[in-house]
Amino acid sequence: MRESANPLIFSTMAINHPIKRQSTLKQQDARTAWLLLTPSLLVMLGVTLWPVISTFILSFLNAPTGINQLRTFVGFANYIDMLTDQLFWETIGRTAYFTGVSVGLELIFGLAIAQLIHSRPWGWQFLRISLIIPWAVPTIVNGAMWRWIYSADFGALNGLLMQLGLIKHYVPWLSLPNMAMNLVIVADIWHTMPFVALVLQAALATLPEDLDEAAAVDGANVWQRFWQIRLPLLRPAILVALIVRTVDAFRVFDIVYIITSGGPAYKTLTITYLTYLNSFAFGKQGTGAALSFLISTFTIIMALIYIRFLYRPEETQ
Amino acid sequence: MSYRKLFRKLTLFLLTLPVFFFIFFPLLWLFSASLSNQVELFSVPIHWIPEHPTFQNYFDIFFPSLAASSVPRTFATALLNSIKIASAVTIICIFIGSLAAYALVRIPFRFNRPIQLGIIATRMIPEVSLVLPLFIIASSLQLINKPIVLIITYMSFALPYAIWLMAAYFQTVPIELEDAARLDGCSRLGILFRVVMPISVPGLVSTAMFVFLLAWDEFFYALIFTSTLAAKTVPVAIAEFVGRYVVNINGMMAGGILAAVPPVLVALIFQRYIVRGMTAGAVKG
Repeated sequence: MRESANPLIFSTMAINHPIKRQSTLKQQDARTAWLLLTPSLLVMLGVTLWPVISTFILSFLNAPTGINQLRTFVGFANYIDMLTDQLFWETIGRTAYFTGVSVGLELIFGLAIAQLIHSRPWGWQFLRISLIIPWAVPTIVNGAMWRWIYSADFGALNGLLMQLGLIKHYVPWLSLPNMAMNLVIVADIWHTMPFVALVLQAALATLPEDLDEAAAVDGANVWQRFWQIRLPLLRPAILVALIVRTVDAFRVFDIVYIITSGGPAYKTLTITYLTYLNSFAFGKQGTGAALSFLISTFTIIMALIYIRFLYRPEETQ
Repeated sequence: MSYRKLFRKLTLFLLTLPVFFFIFFPLLWLFSASLSNQVELFSVPIHWIPEHPTFQNYFDIFFPSLAASSVPRTFATALLNSIKIASAVTIICIFIGSLAAYALVRIPFRFNRPIQLGIIATRMIPEVSLVLPLFIIASSLQLINKPIVLIITYMSFALPYAIWLMAAYFQTVPIELEDAARLDGCSRLGILFRVVMPISVPGLVSTAMFVFLLAWDEFFYALIFTSTLAAKTVPVAIAEFVGRYVVNINGMMAGGILAAVPPVLVALIFQRYIVRGMTAGAVKG
C-alpha cells in the first residue's frame, strides 16, 4: 500500500472505480461535509440569519421598547418616518463625510507610507513593525486616548500648541461644532491607517521588480514609474482595502461613542449611532430596525462588490 | 554618485520621522500621564515627563482590594471578564470553525460555493443590524449581564472570520499528503485530525490570535448586553468611566495602557502572521 502513495496512481485508480462505488464515496463525502459544517451553520443560523430576518420584520412593526409591549403592524410607517426626518438626512451626510475623508486620507497616507517602506530607508523594518501597534490598540482605548489628548483641561494637544506659541489659552476642542468630526477622523486614521499601509506594502512587495528597472532604463523618473507602473498594478489591492475600509467606516460607532457621544449638538452623530439611539434610548425599536435594515443593505451591496473582486483571480494576480 | 545616494537615504529617513511621531507621540503621552498624579496632570504648562512618577495607578489595578477608589476595582473585574470571554470565544471558534473550513476547502459537494459566499457576506453584516432581536430574546431568557450571552453573540463576527482564515490556511496544505493518507485507508475525519490539523498548527495559532483580538476589542454588544459593573468587559468599563468627570483620570489611563498591552504584545509576537492574515483575500485573492 505504501508505494502507491502517489497522486498519479491515485487518480488512475479513481477512474477505474465502478461508477456505483464512486457515487457512494461522493455521498459519503457530502455527509462528512455536512457533519463538519453543522455546528458552524447552527451557530450562524442563530446569531446571524435569524436576527437579520427578525430585524427586517421588526422594521414593519410599531415596537416600543420593553418586552411585554404590544406590537402592531404599521407597514412602511417606520421607513416613511425615517426618510422624512431631517436628522436622518443630516446624519447620512455626516456619515458620508466621515467615511469619505477618513478612508480617502487613509488611502493617501497608507499608500505613501507603503511606498516609503518599500524604498528601504534606514529603520524601515522598525517602521513596519511600529505600524502594527496602533492597529492592535483596542478601539475604545484609542478613542479614550484621543479624547484625553483633545481635553480642554490637561490635553496634550493644548499643551503642545501652547508650548509652540500657537494658542494663548487652552481650547475646548471637542466643543467646537466644526472641529469635533475632524478630530474624530484623526483618531480613526491613527487606528486604521496602519492596516491600509501594511496591506499595500505587502502588495508592493509582490510586484515584479524587473518591470520597474526596465522603465528606469528607458528613462522614466521615480514619479512616472510610480503613477504608470506601480499604481495600475496595485489597483486590485487598493480596491480591496477601499471596500473593506468603507464598510467599516460607514458603520462607525465605538470611537464616536467614546470621544464625543455624538455631540456637540449631534455634530458627530453617525448612522449607527442614530440607530442605537432609536433602538435603546428613544424607545423606537421599529425605527431602529428600519435604520439597521438600511445599513445592512448598504453593507451587503459592498460585500457583493468585494466578492466579485475576490472571485476573479485573473484580476487580483 | 555616492553623495546623491547618501542624500536620497537621508531624505527618505527624514520622511519617516513624522510617521514615527504620529504613531508614538499619543501613546508615549498616555503612558507618561498614567504615571503622574492628578495635580500634575492638570498643570499648565504641560509636564511631558512627570516630576514625581508613580506606579500607584498600576499597583491599584493589580491589587484592587488595597485601592482607595472604585476605578481600579471595577477595572480588575473587567479585565478578568474580558480574558474569560475572549478565551471562550477563541476556543469555540477555532474548534468548530476549522471543521467547517476544512469541509469548504477540501470536500466538493452541492452547496459548497453558496455556503462560502454566505460566510463572506455574514462577515460584513454589522452588529447593529443583529442586536435588536438578540437583545429581546436575551432579556426574555434573563441572560443580560451573563458572560454566556457575550460568548454566543460574539460568534456572529468571530466565527465567519475564523472560518475564512482557516480556509485560507488549509488551501496551502499540499493535497498529495491527504491523498496518501487516503490510500492508507484513512477516512476523511482521520485525515483531518491526524494529517491536516497537526501541520496546520501555525494557521490555528494565528487564527486564534485574530479571533482573540476581535473579541477583546468588541464594544457594541458588550455595551448593550451588560449593565452591572460586575459584568462589564474592559472596553465598556473604560467607556463608562471616561464619560464621567470626577473620577480618577490617571487611574483610567493606566487601565487603558493595560488594556492595550495584551493585544499589542500578541500582535508584535505574531507580526509575521498578522500581515498575512490582513492580506488573506486582499493580496492573494
